[in-house]
This record gives sequence, structure tokens and C-alpha cells, in this order.
Amino acid sequence: MEVISGKCWKFGDDISTDLIAPGRLFHLRSNLPELVKHVMEDARPGFYDMIKKGDIIVAGFNFGQGSSREHAPTIIKMAGISAVVAKSFARIFYRNCINVGLPAIIIDTSSLDEGDMAGIDMQNGTITNFTKNLTLKFPPLPATMSKILNEGGLAPYVKKYGDLLL
Amino acid sequence: MGKTMAEKIIGEHAGKSLKAGDLAVVAVDLSYVQDGTGPLAVRQMKSMGLEKAFNPSHSIFFLDHASPSPRLELSNDHKFLREFAEKTGIRVSDVGNGISHQVVLEEYALPGNLIVGADSHTCTGGAIGAFATGMGSTDVAVAIALGKTWMRVPETLKVVVDGKLRKGVYSKDIILNLIGMISSSGATYKALEFHGSTIESLSIDARATIANMAVEAGAKAGLFPSDEITKKFLSDMGREPGYREIKPDDDAEYEKVINIDGEKLEPTIACPHLVHNTKAVGEVGEVFVQEVFLGTSCNGRYEDLKIAAEILNGKKVDKRVRLLVTPASRNVYLRALKDGIIETFVRAGGVVTGPGCGACVGVHEGVLGDGEICLATQPRNFKGRMGNPNAFIYLGSPAIAAATAITGKITDPREFL
Repeated sequence: MEVISGKCWKFGDDISTDLIAPGRLFHLRSNLPELVKHVMEDARPGFYDMIKKGDIIVAGFNFGQGSSREHAPTIIKMAGISAVVAKSFARIFYRNCINVGLPAIIIDTSSLDEGDMAGIDMQNGTITNFTKNLTLKFPPLPATMSKILNEGGLAPYVKKYGDLLL
Repeated sequence: MGKTMAEKIIGEHAGKSLKAGDLAVVAVDLSYVQDGTGPLAVRQMKSMGLEKAFNPSHSIFFLDHASPSPRLELSNDHKFLREFAEKTGIRVSDVGNGISHQVVLEEYALPGNLIVGADSHTCTGGAIGAFATGMGSTDVAVAIALGKTWMRVPETLKVVVDGKLRKGVYSKDIILNLIGMISSSGATYKALEFHGSTIESLSIDARATIANMAVEAGAKAGLFPSDEITKKFLSDMGREPGYREIKPDDDAEYEKVINIDGEKLEPTIACPHLVHNTKAVGEVGEVFVQEVFLGTSCNGRYEDLKIAAEILNGKKVDKRVRLLVTPASRNVYLRALKDGIIETFVRAGGVVTGPGCGACVGVHEGVLGDGEICLATQPRNFKGRMGNPNAFIYLGSPAIAAATAITGKITDPREFL
């Protein structure tokens, strides 16, 4: 997996799937190119128009709490966000990230601020904050998840192997 | 060393002995999606080249969220799911049949089952001792197609609730208090297992309220040992032969034990916009509401409607408030209709909608206006949940909902008991 780099966009604790992919836009779930324009809209209006390809979402505890809707990590990825870095994730959201091929990294995000430029090396498990000249280390993903992520998600993984093998 | 319920059930489905922390591929007894997550699951099945169900009669498409459909896009999603089901033999629980989790309890789930659903509140199945957990569309697509999934065996938090609940205190208050204690992420990646004299005395309807909200503490499952009450429930549903006893070993190993004194619990409210923002109803202050919503996967069961109807009987809903009632299933609706409960709501000035998720999903039937406040019995109160990020949702029991509908402000139900 290539090295990721981009600008950090900072969010707080307990960002729910309703804030990431609003329930009132339920009718757009089969129209992801439209739904993506509303990504994170209720946490930060206009977010889609502010971000650039490669940017990174940085958050506090329990990112992605709530619904099982996989549309939430899917539109984050479709919007060009290269990774979500948080102090902790809600369980279903975390697994969905891996399944859709969106890197989700658990690390203390206190030293990553809004606007910082950062680079992520998934292979070596490091985040470099270029703005502050700091490097943070994170533990590698469990092997099962790493295998799925490296194939680009669960669907390409199952398609390639024709089965669910661990 | 003995096993927890999660270790027992997941191990049985993996065909080997497992402990917390182990990973395994497990056979799935039942897999389901709903209209919000189903179309993506079907598209993922197609993208994987898996267009057949491993066991079509053990996979279900529930049309319960936008039900009946309020928009053409959603009508087309429903059509897409029905057509795929027709082709593959997958079952459809169509508009009006009810919320997946309630229908699964009534018609499909059995103690000891392993169930995956593309809906976070799938954990409701734990009320009768099934290991039921929510996943995303792609995970459930794989489970439908291959009849299996992979999972990590969770550590378990044992929650022991003892004592007799006071008047006006219900299972909703138990789970709100637990989440208030451990927070919305206090059980992330864990299973919750419920024990103690209070828990043992609860009906399946009341247990389902707690199991449903396990995910609001982050949990993978909320498990109740099966017992005579489980057996009676299955018998009432015409499914007693499926009963089996499932409970943890006496020497099971828990990550932590949380004790709650049931006798000390108060009617409780979760304040906007997080479920763990809990307060005793008396500490919330004067909060006028414009909407009261009784229903959903959490509290739309027969017992919930009955509790609320007893308070509302012969009374009127405050003229500043709209009361919305959504039974969780057709079965619940029919029972409530037969017993005059539905008539009580309508005479009081309430609106009764068809069975389904109702206003909780923010799509139809009760979307809040800017600045409006709702007291709801649903499982979560996140910003934007009921279709408007500029509105405020408080959560409470069906009794609080009924009392609040009468007075127009958040009210202690004991004033009416």
C-alpha cells in the first residue's frame, strides 16, 4: 500500500454515522455519487467542497458510532479521504472501513491539529506530522484485516479467493 | 476454565473450542438486511460474482425503514430487493410486517443461534439467548452467499442487576443507567451478559429493550441466558420445539462484573445528543416538547404499548404535542388492536402508523422541524437522527413518553401511576 499524505481535518469524540452520512438522505443510498457530496455535512457543513484528494480525517474517541450503514466509510473513501485516524472507533464502522478498503488507524491523535500536513506509512505503522516535525507509531492491523485491506476490501478479497479464508 | 455465552455460541458455530480473543470462521444460522443496507449488499454480492444464497430460507430482506416508501428512489430500492429475492429464493418481510429485530424474535431466532444482520440493532436477538450482531452490507452479503462469516470472540462484561424495580421504573431505565455509567463506548468490541434477580424477572419484551441498546454502549452483543420465560415466549409464538437452555458456565471468565442495584434506579432520560448523557427524570428541568414518539425496535413491543396506554387511557394528548405510535410488528399491532390499546392512543389524540421503524430513521412519519424537541423511546438520540440536525431528541421509557404526551413537557411517569 502506497504512502498516504494530506491535510488533517480535525473532529471531536463520538462522531456518529448520522453525522457522516445523514439519515435524512436515505433516498440517496443507491446514488453514491450524490450522497458523497453530503459527507460529514452535519458535523461540518460544506466539508465535501473543502477537501482535496489524500486529505486525512483526524478524530477523538468512538468515531463512527451508530448505524451499520457501510455508506458512511464508503463516501468518506469516495470523497478522496485517504485515511481516518482516531483515538478509537465504534466496532461496526471500523470493520466496515476495512471492508471497503479505507485505512482506519487507532492512535492518540492529540498532537495532530486541524491543517497539519501528515503522511501515513501503513507498512511501517507510522504517521509523520510534517508541520510539527513529529512521527507517531501505531501498531499494525491484525493480520486478517490487513489481508482484506491490502486487497482493497472484502468484496475484491472474496472475488479473488472465491471463499472466506482467514 | 468455563465459558461465557459468547464463547459457547461462537465456538459451537466454529466447530471448535474458543476463548475470548480467538478469531474464527463461523457458520451463520440467519442473515438479514433491511431496505437501507440491502441494496448495497445485493450490489456487493453481484460484484463478488455471488448471486445465490447459501440457504435462501435463512436469509431475509426486511422492508422496514422506509415503509411504506415515501419517495420514488426508495420505492425503486424496494423493487430491486424484491426482484433479487424472487430470483434467489431469499425471503422478503415486506412493508407492514414490522421491524427486522422484532420479526426475527417472533418468527426466526432461537437460543444459541448465531445471527448477523446489516442493522446495528441486530443485537436485539440476544433477548432470547441468540448471539446476534450488527455488521455492514458487505459482511452480510458474504454471510448470505456463503453461509458464514469471520469474527473475533469478544471479551464479556457481566452486568448483574438485583432487586425489585420501583414503580415507574422499567427495563429502559436499566439500560440507560448502564450506558450512563460506562458511556457510549464502554463496551466496544465486548459482549454484555445480563444476570441477577431483576433481569430474571423481566419479560422477553423488556429484555429485548436492553439487548437492543447493547450497541449503544458499543457492544457486539447483549446476551440473556434462556430460561422458562424464554420458553414461554417461544411457546406463545408457536415455536417452543426450538427452545434450548443456553447459559454461561459457573466458572466463566469475565473481563469485568458491573453490579447495579435495581431497587435504587429512577425513571431516566438520555439528553441530546448522546445516549450516555443520562439524568434522572426529575433532574432534567422543564423541557417542553413538540413531539412524542412511542415505538421502534427498542420500545414498540406489546408490553411497551400497554404501559403507555394504561397511562393515556381516558386522557388527552396536550394540544401542543403530536404523539406518534409505531408498533414494532404486525403481530404487536394486532394484539394491541384486539385489546383496545390502539383505540386508546387514537382517542387520546395520537397518530398510529403502520408497523416499522417509523420516525426513528429520519426519513418519514415524524421528521422534526428546526429547533423542535422530541421525547422518543427509540434507542439513540444523535444529532440529525430524526431527519433534522437542528432538532433535539431526549430518550425515555414508554411510561415517560405517555406522561410527557399528556403534560407537553418531560414528565415523571409516577405522577400518573
